[in-house]
Amino acid sequence: MDTSINTIPLKEKLLELFEENQEVIKGKSTPLVNRLRKNALSLFGKLGFPSTKLESWRFTDLTPLLNTEFEFDFRNKSRSMDIEKIFTCDVYDLDTFSVTLLNGWFVYQNAALTRLSNGTIIGSLAKALEVYPDLVDQYIGKAAKPEQAGLTALNTAFMQDGLFIFVPEGVKVEKPIQLINIVDSDSPVFLQPRHLIIAGKNAAVTVVHCDHSLTHNISLTNTVIELFAEENAVVDHYQVQNKGRNSALITSSFFQQKKDSRLTSHTITLNGGFTKNMVDASIKEPNCHSEHNGLYLVDSNQHVDNHLFVDHEAPGSYSDQLFKGILDDEAHAVFSGKVLVRKESQKTIAHQNNKNILLTDEAKANTQPHLEIYADDVKCSHGATVGQLDPQAMFYMRSRGISERSARQLMMYAFAMEVVQKISIEALRDRMDHLVEKRLKGELSICDQCMLHCNSKEPTTFNIDLSKI
Amino acid sequence: MLSIKNLQVSINGKVILKDLNLEVKEGEVHAIMGPNGSGKSTLASVVAGREMFDVDKGEITYRDQNIFEMNPETRAREGIFLGFQYPVEIPGVSIANFMRTAINEKRKHLGLDSLSGAEFLKLMEEKKKLVDIQSKLTNRSVNEGFSGGEKKKNEIFQMALLEPRLAILDETDSGLDIDALKVVANGVNKLRRKDNATVVITHYQRLLEYIIPDFVHVLYDGRIVKSGGKELALELESKGYEWVKKEAGVQAQG
Repeated sequence: MDTSINTIPLKEKLLELFEENQEVIKGKSTPLVNRLRKNALSLFGKLGFPSTKLESWRFTDLTPLLNTEFEFDFRNKSRSMDIEKIFTCDVYDLDTFSVTLLNGWFVYQNAALTRLSNGTIIGSLAKALEVYPDLVDQYIGKAAKPEQAGLTALNTAFMQDGLFIFVPEGVKVEKPIQLINIVDSDSPVFLQPRHLIIAGKNAAVTVVHCDHSLTHNISLTNTVIELFAEENAVVDHYQVQNKGRNSALITSSFFQQKKDSRLTSHTITLNGGFTKNMVDASIKEPNCHSEHNGLYLVDSNQHVDNHLFVDHEAPGSYSDQLFKGILDDEAHAVFSGKVLVRKESQKTIAHQNNKNILLTDEAKANTQPHLEIYADDVKCSHGATVGQLDPQAMFYMRSRGISERSARQLMMYAFAMEVVQKISIEALRDRMDHLVEKRLKGELSICDQCMLHCNSKEPTTFNIDLSKI
Repeated sequence: MLSIKNLQVSINGKVILKDLNLEVKEGEVHAIMGPNGSGKSTLASVVAGREMFDVDKGEITYRDQNIFEMNPETRAREGIFLGFQYPVEIPGVSIANFMRTAINEKRKHLGLDSLSGAEFLKLMEEKKKLVDIQSKLTNRSVNEGFSGGEKKKNEIFQMALLEPRLAILDETDSGLDIDALKVVANGVNKLRRKDNATVVITHYQRLLEYIIPDFVHVLYDGRIVKSGGKELALELESKGYEWVKKEAGVQAQG
């Protein structure tokens, strides 16, 4: 069967759905947002879903998922949920400002939008479109590139809700803002959350996204994040992904950096059937710091694909990509990192590195670090390794009485720690450290934080089997 | 304690040790000397259990057990310690975590309770003094970024923590200046007891001025060609290995 035949139905269904539901989808959007939708819809009509013919999707095939009979819901049924009854996030017990999205919709809890005394606004994007239309209009769609990716176009056409954060000039938000994304549905769902994060001039904020699924059903989440770091802003952005094997999570993050800003992103994939993370960081002005770290621990037939693009559009900036992964069973990891240093971007420093440990002969890693440099006064490096644990170190440890299993655990843990140690908040680092350790011991379940659901079912556990090297 | 009989070991078909015999008893210090390539490190590795070698012939018993039936970790837990000629760097694994795991796996093997974090830290502080280690080891990765001297001190520090019955020190003196050498030797001497034994492998006599052996063996071309008391080391120092080679040649012809 030709794959194009399979992709047409869902694509056409979506185009039809938009026509039928456009009044609901548009809701209280601004005229600008609706113009973005219209343009994006026609782009999606042209680009469609990505196929493996595209360079950025060469090793990741979305087509089988597109045959699913998905359900779509364009109305928020989640707003009145008492989320604490079904879920408590264990990712860390930091003092955070925590909000929840259930099936892509903001759960209101106390309020749809909260305005802190320092002027910071945190809440639902749908509500922000109503209450702060000018502010949203100033940023939305300015970083995302729907013309380059059908999925970004699709999200832009259908976007309704998601997280909205605005940190005013000079404000340093002390508590990290945590977003818990939960998928919980009795039928296969297709979700398209849209997040907009703005850190004003000299502002500082930490945002933590936690992705969970409480369902064994198929779900496809097509998330788009737009994040703006204005002049001299400091943004720490974390994504922690712990999803079931029937979950497909596609996250396209568009970061835009102004002069002297510091952005650090961390993408930690603990579990996930199908995970694709795309990071697109544009360094628009000089002297930025743009650091992107990732860790993926995958087994069974899990598939994780990290695709990064850092664009040095201005001189004197520093960028670094460090992605590390441990793969067991038939797991498959893809890394593609590209750094573009434009002609005028002198004095750029750019590094990228991807390291993989394969525990079986069946596990597979495709890695492509890639530098494209047009300036002549730069310092750039790239590297990639795919290998197994160091046998010399293994014997050294065993000669001290440490079992093979413990030796592997210690070394894998150490391997992962290089990424975890880059987490700047101590309490979050400790929690992540603990989660990684649990994951490597095979003790982390995706149902760990679930209080209602899996009681009647066998909990889904994953286990990186250490005895297999 | 350790009894090696008619041992022949090869690697990739090349015979390294030929018909080697050695007897080590409790309370003894043995020195094994020999020129480069004579098989000294191979002997140490085989006793510790490195898997890259083929044992073609012979036997090794350790405390009346066939050593070849024990994997490296079991040998270690039963009291064999190998001080590495080239200690391995393990980035990201802290010395504290490494040693605590080792001690607790050994204790479990011996039917003892695990040491708590506090108990372990106390033990570590105590043993650090023995080899004059000042730095905080809790945050440092095993051997990573250590100087040659630090690496060797760290080997003796690990030995002190594990309290082996049989310690085999492979070229522990190589790459050490005289001060570091004294510290290392002093550590080894303090760890000597009536019920443990030490085998010191060295190229030079220098170390044996500080660790006084009961027996000196000369290994050449895979065999022990000469054994004697501590004076043999001095004789070797003055006459050089050419002397041994000649004698070995004469023996082989005779």
